[in-house]
Amino acid sequence: MRTLFQKKITALAKKRDDIVLLSGDIGNKMFDDFKQIAPERFINCGIAEASMMSVAGGLALSGLRPVVYTITPFVTARCFEQAKISVGYHEANVVIIGTGSGLSYAELGATHHSLDDISIMGSIPNMRVLAPCDPNQLGFYLDEALNLNGPTYIRIGKKGEPIITSEISEIRIGKSNIIKEGNDILILGIGPIINEALLAVEKLKSVSQKSIAIAEMSSIKPMDEIFLKEMVKRNFKTWITLEEHGFVGGMGIRINNWLFKNDASKTIKTINLNTPDQFIHTLGKQNFLRKELNIDESFIYNKLLSL
Amino acid sequence: MSVEIIKNEQLSKISKYLRYKTIKTSHEASIPHLGSCLSCVEILVYLYWSELNLDPLKSSFEDRDRFILSKGHGAPILFQVLAERNFFDSDLLKTAGENGSYFHEHPPKPGYIPGIEAATGSLGHGFPIALGMALGAKINNKSYRTYALLSDGECNEGTIWESAMLAASNSLFNLTVLIDFNKWQATGRSKEIMALEPLLDKWKSFGWHSQEIDGHNFNEIRNSLINAKKNEQQPSVIIANTVKGKGISFMEDNNNWHYRIPNKNEFSEALKELEII
Ligand SMILES: Cc1ncc(C[n+]2csc(CCOP(=O)(O)OP(=O)(O)O)c2C)c(N)n1
Repeated sequence: MRTLFQKKITALAKKRDDIVLLSGDIGNKMFDDFKQIAPERFINCGIAEASMMSVAGGLALSGLRPVVYTITPFVTARCFEQAKISVGYHEANVVIIGTGSGLSYAELGATHHSLDDISIMGSIPNMRVLAPCDPNQLGFYLDEALNLNGPTYIRIGKKGEPIITSEISEIRIGKSNIIKEGNDILILGIGPIINEALLAVEKLKSVSQKSIAIAEMSSIKPMDEIFLKEMVKRNFKTWITLEEHGFVGGMGIRINNWLFKNDASKTIKTINLNTPDQFIHTLGKQNFLRKELNIDESFIYNKLLSL
Repeated sequence: MSVEIIKNEQLSKISKYLRYKTIKTSHEASIPHLGSCLSCVEILVYLYWSELNLDPLKSSFEDRDRFILSKGHGAPILFQVLAERNFFDSDLLKTAGENGSYFHEHPPKPGYIPGIEAATGSLGHGFPIALGMALGAKINNKSYRTYALLSDGECNEGTIWESAMLAASNSLFNLTVLIDFNKWQATGRSKEIMALEPLLDKWKSFGWHSQEIDGHNFNEIRNSLINAKKNEQQPSVIIANTVKGKGISFMEDNNNWHYRIPNKNEFSEALKELEII
């Protein structure tokens, strides 16, 4: 996703001279191409994320389209109030990119895990919150966000995420899509972790008749309520939410709340798969932590089998 | 507890061994930030073998000196230092980088690895935490000293300068900050990304007792720490001029080694330079 971001933002900056890229002393060499085409529109703001966020607000108030890029906790939790006031309250046209989200930086420890960023950024009025599930979707979102008014937060992974949205005909902010069709159970996911669900469902095929649909809810705010209403009509017995993020303020709790208000029958059962409400200090690779925290392919597989 | 007097030659030998162990672990467990670790070896060795009042067997006794690695990405060298000082069995470090281990890229919160006083890794936290500990000593009438090791890039953060003003206004002479001034941060020269220089004058003007030394020279480290303790009015900063990647010719002042992991050839080249084989 990082690579796609770098390529896409460089291509956009070639076409548009209002795009300014701000980075917080990360991504060595990553933005060399960007610096080549627009040296004066790349600002390395140093390891000073709080001021970087407000500087972006000021650039936006001067008619430019700043894109702020650094490691997720440092562009969300670290500078929350700057994002809330300088960007959110001012409805500033700032695109905020958090890289290495969720457990992408698993082995870097609690300082680099971001299991709260959707909650934090989602609490800011006017702020769009997006968690694209692959580089393809990120490309569409980035393009669109730079053409909309108001701020957008985009949470991305690291590298090597498989493409899972190539069949979707219309990718846009505020619209959810089915990635895999099915009739009994609905899995709603955000971000690259949806791939764990795809793998689990594929594996399940040989041992079970259950028909499972998978949908992406990558646009968390705004949420696609028309899509959700359609899903309610389709009478899935169970909805499973899946996210590499905590429950509080995440996608799962938003779905639960939405169903509480909108599912008149009250017969849909929900299961929320997310990270626990605790810091993680027993470290390892991302796939190790996903397994430890019960959000990986095998956990989903067993859960589906048991339903 | 009294601190032993250790000769410079002995400190150099320990430094060389710890360089070897850190590079080996990086190579075997793919742990980055070698350049960042190698620039502060002498500082850490001097502190842990000749300065800090610590007891490895009672790592949390109340009156111990506090050391905070504010540049938390230097954890790999700190882990080696703590193991070599017997805070824990050095065999534990064989799990570094493995799934389920506590030994990864940054220090976890206290309680998981003996000798670690605070979780760092997000730059700009360790120094204000150290300030809190120094202030705590003052309020509690304790005589322990607090030390924090910062990086030059870390001095980009606002919290560093906010804390610098607070420490000076509270006359925290029991607080010593060391800056590993290796002239690089993650994506470039620290004096180019931000107007960091003149660094010494900045600290001076913030009301700190300020010294500048060669951070690889034990005599200079020793003298600066003695001077710091003599000053009973101000907090002290020691700006240690260092070389990122120090000790391995092809890593020295080459910022690729901020993230790069040594491959087999590079590892054996490094061993040769350290005269391990
Ligand atoms: C708040 C924060 N922002 C960004 C980072 C990512 N990061 C890790 S090390 C580093 C810079 C390293 O340069 P410096 O601080 O000078 O230390 P050196 O490695 O040169 O010793 C950065 C930006 C971080 N760890 N914390």
